[in-house]
Amino acid sequence: MGSEFLSLVQDPAYWDSLAKIVPKALNETIYMVVVSTFLAYVLGIPMGVFLVITSANHVLPNPWVERTLGTIINIFRSIPFIILLVALIPFTTMVVGTRIGTTAAIVPLVISAAPFVARLIESSLKEVSHGVIEAALSMGASPWQIISKVLLPETKSPIILGIAITTINIIAYTAMAGAVGGGGLGDLAIQYGYNRFRTDIMIITVLILVVIVQGIQWVGTTLARKLSHR
Amino acid sequence: MIHITNLSKVFKSRQGTITALKDINLHVSKGAVYGIIGLSGAGKSTLIRCLNMLERPTEGEIILDGQNMTTLSGKDLRRARQNIGMIFQHFNLLESRTVSGNIAFPLEIAEWSKEEIDERVKELLPLVGLEDKASAYPAQLSGGQKQRVGIARALATKPAVLLCDEATSALDPQTTVSILGLLKEINEKLDLTIVIITHEMKVIKEICTDVAVIDQSQIIEQGSVESVFIHPQSSIAKEFISSVLPNDLPAQLLRELALHPHAEIVKIHFLGSTASEPVITDLIKQCGVTVNILYGSIDYLRSTMFGTLTLELQGSPDSLADAYEYLHKRNLKVEVIRNGI
Repeated sequence: MGSEFLSLVQDPAYWDSLAKIVPKALNETIYMVVVSTFLAYVLGIPMGVFLVITSANHVLPNPWVERTLGTIINIFRSIPFIILLVALIPFTTMVVGTRIGTTAAIVPLVISAAPFVARLIESSLKEVSHGVIEAALSMGASPWQIISKVLLPETKSPIILGIAITTINIIAYTAMAGAVGGGGLGDLAIQYGYNRFRTDIMIITVLILVVIVQGIQWVGTTLARKLSHR
Repeated sequence: MIHITNLSKVFKSRQGTITALKDINLHVSKGAVYGIIGLSGAGKSTLIRCLNMLERPTEGEIILDGQNMTTLSGKDLRRARQNIGMIFQHFNLLESRTVSGNIAFPLEIAEWSKEEIDERVKELLPLVGLEDKASAYPAQLSGGQKQRVGIARALATKPAVLLCDEATSALDPQTTVSILGLLKEINEKLDLTIVIITHEMKVIKEICTDVAVIDQSQIIEQGSVESVFIHPQSSIAKEFISSVLPNDLPAQLLRELALHPHAEIVKIHFLGSTASEPVITDLIKQCGVTVNILYGSIDYLRSTMFGTLTLELQGSPDSLADAYEYLHKRNLKVEVIRNGI
């Protein structure tokens, strides 16, 4: 194995073959992760905010909205991703015009991550004490001012940590996106490393993923610490 | 400034109904420092929250600075709230904002321009003595400093009324004195009407002009601080007063007095300028009685001197009668604790 490995890494043709597949897969992963995380937050933040402000004793209490929204989120969170991926195919075709490929994979990724994001946002915003909200109300703040000037700015730190968690989760999910031809590093590891017994590719892709995950967590933790003034 | 008429608040829950406030009538005049004192659970927190509609009254009317608060909602209510500052027991500052940012917060809500906000914040920092803390975060401040930020923030929009919800209850005694001093200074300097709820009689004694005692959802006693301190009606008021002005004679003294069953013992209450008059000298010189001072205390109600003296008087029946006449002429409240012979 040792000498075999040495002769392999000394062969320029080997690196050429890797250069053809690894950067492409890396790009696909970054594309899917960035776009999915962004869209998951575009959908998830308003859902999380609504969950919080409609809860009892908050600025716009509305048990009906809170319960309905909560149930929808729970339903989507309980469907296994691989099933959601397949079940959403007609919807994906409707939204992006195709049911396979990297862009097509983004639709189920967003639909599965958004409810998760909503719950993360909810738990972050609930850290704001009732007293602070009451103080803002006593100054004549509107519900929108309480959201934009109190709830979100006061919870920047936990929200940033949540973004790191979500991004890392989405990276793990992109591996499954290979099922709809999404590509990416995870898919590469499965297609080459697992199905074709290319252990070297499996190791390389996993190593890259480890570095990415470590990096994201580090950035998240550092930023969250910087933004926290507690 | 504030007229509360027949105010009631009932909380309904699955467990049943709880009456938090029952038929409250209160009038706070402009420039007053109105203290509302009660034990925990008496309803005082609910009462102060009703003033700015954080709590909607079930019945009754609240007129504040000419506006009927109970009829307001939405935008009108929010505008009216900008005319009422409020400070809290736990300060409730925004942790993500600096001291300046916290003071600017109500002004942003009131949609002041950036320049106006900067200018106003610069005025307020020295008022509360925090010029050097402008860019500090609340987590870096002591409790007293946090409450100073709270006060500056509450005053930012130049409100007509300041509501203080147990504002000193989370502070140590020394800091409490300095915060009360600041509130008194603001009351005098800005002629600001202040409503304070508290469970500490010390707060009432230090800065209030008027006081209402609330117990079991009802106001059981109200009036000027002097009148309530001198003539407390309810047992709760008496208890609160004795917590800051010990009224009972020490046990040791009572034991000694028991040995002289014929001594005439009186307690004299002083208020304001009479506290500094030479009453005892006059009693001895003009009335010809012998005066033995048993016990005494002198204190201040806000800025009015307030004291009690327990005296043993000895003399002929005529000179004792003279002495009483003299005391009544001086408008001193005299309480005969024990008649001699």
